[in-house]
Amino acid sequence: MIEAIFIEGLIYGLLVLGVFITFRILDFPDLTVDGSFPLGAAITAIMLTNGYGVTLTLAVAVLGGCLSGVCTALIHNKLKVPNLLAGILTMTMLWSVNIRVLGNRANLPLMRRETIITDVLELTGGLIPRAWALLIFFFAVTMIVKLLLDLFFRTDLGMTIGAMGDNQQMVVTQGVNPETLKIIGVGLSNGLVALSGAFIAQYQGFADVNLGRGIIIAGLASVMIGEFVLRSNRIFVLTLRVLIGSICYRGLMYLGRVYGYHINLTPSDLQLITGVLIIALLAATHLRGQARWKGLQQHVGPDELDAAGPAAGTVPQTSGNASGASMNSSKAKLKTGITHD
Amino acid sequence: MIRVENFTKVYHPGTANEIVALHDVDLTVHEGDFITIVGSNGAGKTTLFNLISGNQPPTAGKIHVNGTDVTRDPEYKRAKYIGRIFQDPLLGTATNMALEDNMMICYRKGFKGLKISLNSRRRRFFREQLVQLDMGLEHRMKDNVGLLSGGQRQALTLLMMVLSEPDLILLDEHTAALDPKNAALVLGLTQEFIDRFQLTAMMITHNMKDAIEYGNRLLMMDRGEIILDVSGPEKRNLTVDKLVEEFHKIRHRTLESDEVMLSEP
Repeated sequence: MIEAIFIEGLIYGLLVLGVFITFRILDFPDLTVDGSFPLGAAITAIMLTNGYGVTLTLAVAVLGGCLSGVCTALIHNKLKVPNLLAGILTMTMLWSVNIRVLGNRANLPLMRRETIITDVLELTGGLIPRAWALLIFFFAVTMIVKLLLDLFFRTDLGMTIGAMGDNQQMVVTQGVNPETLKIIGVGLSNGLVALSGAFIAQYQGFADVNLGRGIIIAGLASVMIGEFVLRSNRIFVLTLRVLIGSICYRGLMYLGRVYGYHINLTPSDLQLITGVLIIALLAATHLRGQARWKGLQQHVGPDELDAAGPAAGTVPQTSGNASGASMNSSKAKLKTGITHD
Repeated sequence: MIRVENFTKVYHPGTANEIVALHDVDLTVHEGDFITIVGSNGAGKTTLFNLISGNQPPTAGKIHVNGTDVTRDPEYKRAKYIGRIFQDPLLGTATNMALEDNMMICYRKGFKGLKISLNSRRRRFFREQLVQLDMGLEHRMKDNVGLLSGGQRQALTLLMMVLSEPDLILLDEHTAALDPKNAALVLGLTQEFIDRFQLTAMMITHNMKDAIEYGNRLLMMDRGEIILDVSGPEKRNLTVDKLVEEFHKIRHRTLESDEVMLSEP
């Protein structure tokens, strides 16, 4: 059972990487995810059912995700719609699209089809147990994606995208069109989300239009758990902790399902639990930030802190911006975002 | 050479809140000019910069850069040859990124590809450039910019802008948010860079003494118009008293501006 938690954590980890890119790096809270995740699953189910190869299927699923992200970014850019609303619009439209993709059905099973799962199991030929084979495979896939992302955020383009989440005016002043960067960033993010959906469909053996319901909250919870357990500003660690957060979250949900039974919790209560978990994490990081701030004041004295200048001024009150990342910072060591060293 | 023709900017046109921020402004900036701009609040100084940089479209009028009409170009396109520094030191740099990453982003203007350009040679070059600031920043290239003081950030922004070799730099009270010591330092660096790289610059300031001391040309703005444009020997012989007197002569009212007077030491 423990392997299943890790496998799910790694597959959903791809989705959480996507959520991390939009929420944390781009500062573009993107809700398209609730639609692009089942889109990836739906494309996979229908293509595999119709006998297309696994590789082509995954490629089309990723492309579909990218396009839905691009759609959100375009609505936001061209019509000056707030990013949250743009995401909700795309997400809502995708629900209908997904039913169309599935052939006017709400779900589609993948029993006895050739999927990436059967491919992996065939390759290992029963030498290692099924769960371990899948764990190794998905670990490899997720790590490759993670390392490619690390590399991407060290390129000139990746760095500029990081800077835009931080300070859009600076990017404009440097002669870069922020709209282009948003299209790239949100597109990339949703590509990852759709890839995650494609794997989940094959792993669970079915695609369902409601797979994406509340998935953005699950992704956000995973990001925040990761931020809670590891502190850093290096991109390598930032993406690593996203995956750790995802596995932890799946673990917690597993515990909720198994032990929740004894206190009359049903699977439908998990959304409520996730929401409460996020609120608890927000409260905890907030309190921790305040405690550190107080401790620091006693240690250094408020005058010296102020002398750090306006640039160092993330005071606790302002840093309650729903972001665990910025709460991780103390005044003396502002290690919040990304450095690409 | 930058030529501004009949620049007009009206906010909320046709409503009770209609404000004419800029009224029919003509201006030619020659290569090598260092123009200082003074005027009270609401005189239209920042609006002029917003229109030149492309941050806002003009209600009427045109702007030509080196003979090309760029009135319809968005801000990010003009940014390739027009550099701008804001009053807020936070606007020029990315807080949560390392100093060297900030320099890398600003080193070349325009869209960036998938190259990884930050190598040891680039780092050495950045370090050499940072030495000029004489702030010890060359030893802090891996630090997040958020750890620097406002003065250091503004000096860094200035350096990064100069490295990209713009045709025109717009300085929008870029020392106003700094303490007097850092303000003097950044202003000194500004003069040094303008001299060394023979930059064309426009600088808004609330400090009349600075406006007289720096630059080869002085503009005075009031109520959306340029009311005084002096350069050459006439500019060199200016004093604060003469400037105030001149204003009185032109506008037939006293220069009552709070800030213009207050900022005199």
